[in-house]
Amino acid sequence: MTVDLDLEGPAAPPRSNGELVFAEPWQSRAFGIAMSLTEAGAFTWDDFRDQLIHQISTWESHAASGDCYSYYDCWVSALETVVVAKGLVAPGSLRGRGVELLNRPAGYDHDHDHDHDHDHDHSHHH
Amino acid sequence: MSSELTVNDHIPIALRTEALEQLLVERGLVDPAVMDGFIKAYEQDIGPLNGAKVVAKAWTDPEYKSRLLADGTTAVAELGFKGPQGEHIVVVENTADTHNVVVCTLCSCYPWPLLGLPPTWYKDPAYRSRVVKEPRTVLIEMGLDVPATTEIKVWDSSSEVRFFVLPQRPAGTEGLSEEELVGLVTRDAMVGVAEVSAP
Repeated sequence: MTVDLDLEGPAAPPRSNGELVFAEPWQSRAFGIAMSLTEAGAFTWDDFRDQLIHQISTWESHAASGDCYSYYDCWVSALETVVVAKGLVAPGSLRGRGVELLNRPAGYDHDHDHDHDHDHDHSHHH
Repeated sequence: MSSELTVNDHIPIALRTEALEQLLVERGLVDPAVMDGFIKAYEQDIGPLNGAKVVAKAWTDPEYKSRLLADGTTAVAELGFKGPQGEHIVVVENTADTHNVVVCTLCSCYPWPLLGLPPTWYKDPAYRSRVVKEPRTVLIEMGLDVPATTEIKVWDSSSEVRFFVLPQRPAGTEGLSEEELVGLVTRDAMVGVAEVSAP
């Protein structure tokens, strides 16, 4: 579904308008999940959009002034609701997995700098 | 319907997303490679460039422009631009008398195959509510001072119709080729919050 596009030259400048499409990696994953499930027919785009509208309006009606709006927070909430409503994952399993991930042992994180000197000593000094 | 949201409130959003992906992948409902393909396509390949090509063609080919204004979806598909969120595209033309600006008041409906994914401000609650009530003021704040004699029309995109603005071709560009014109057209001009400037 992608189109061959010019990477350089006069046709290239309008591509980005200087803004990242996704501010953080999880946003791109959440986008990819919704796209994949829609393409696979697990739900329709309108199913998802209805829920996205619901989550956005809920946020707007509950937000205190100064609360920072996150579109992709609403996106993830919509996705959670739709996958449970469609029976794609069991109710409660998202929360259960989320808690497991939250309690993942420290040091699991693959994103840290592997160059530093790891302390494999079992005595902890934190 | 929002029970998952409520119970998950204390779990960071990145981990909620990771939990979703893990469970769906384990059940074979989502293929990470397919996800990567979608993400890469929208991060790197699909952007406002497609829309700019449509605009430049309409500026240089009157017959294409007629087709584009009569049936946007079919005319943009002629150039190979179709896909999710590309159904039911309606093109509105800016003239000296009328300036068009697009919003999605409920969420973020946007012609993805032409413009990529919407920018942050398009999704912002303030833009979504204010541009309907006080478009002239919002446009001035965004750097576009529409002449008082020009009417501003605000178009609310939805899943049924996604609006796309055909900006005015700037004066002084008569000698430019279609390809050179493509480079002038910005995303903001195709949403209607900016004009196209001559180089």
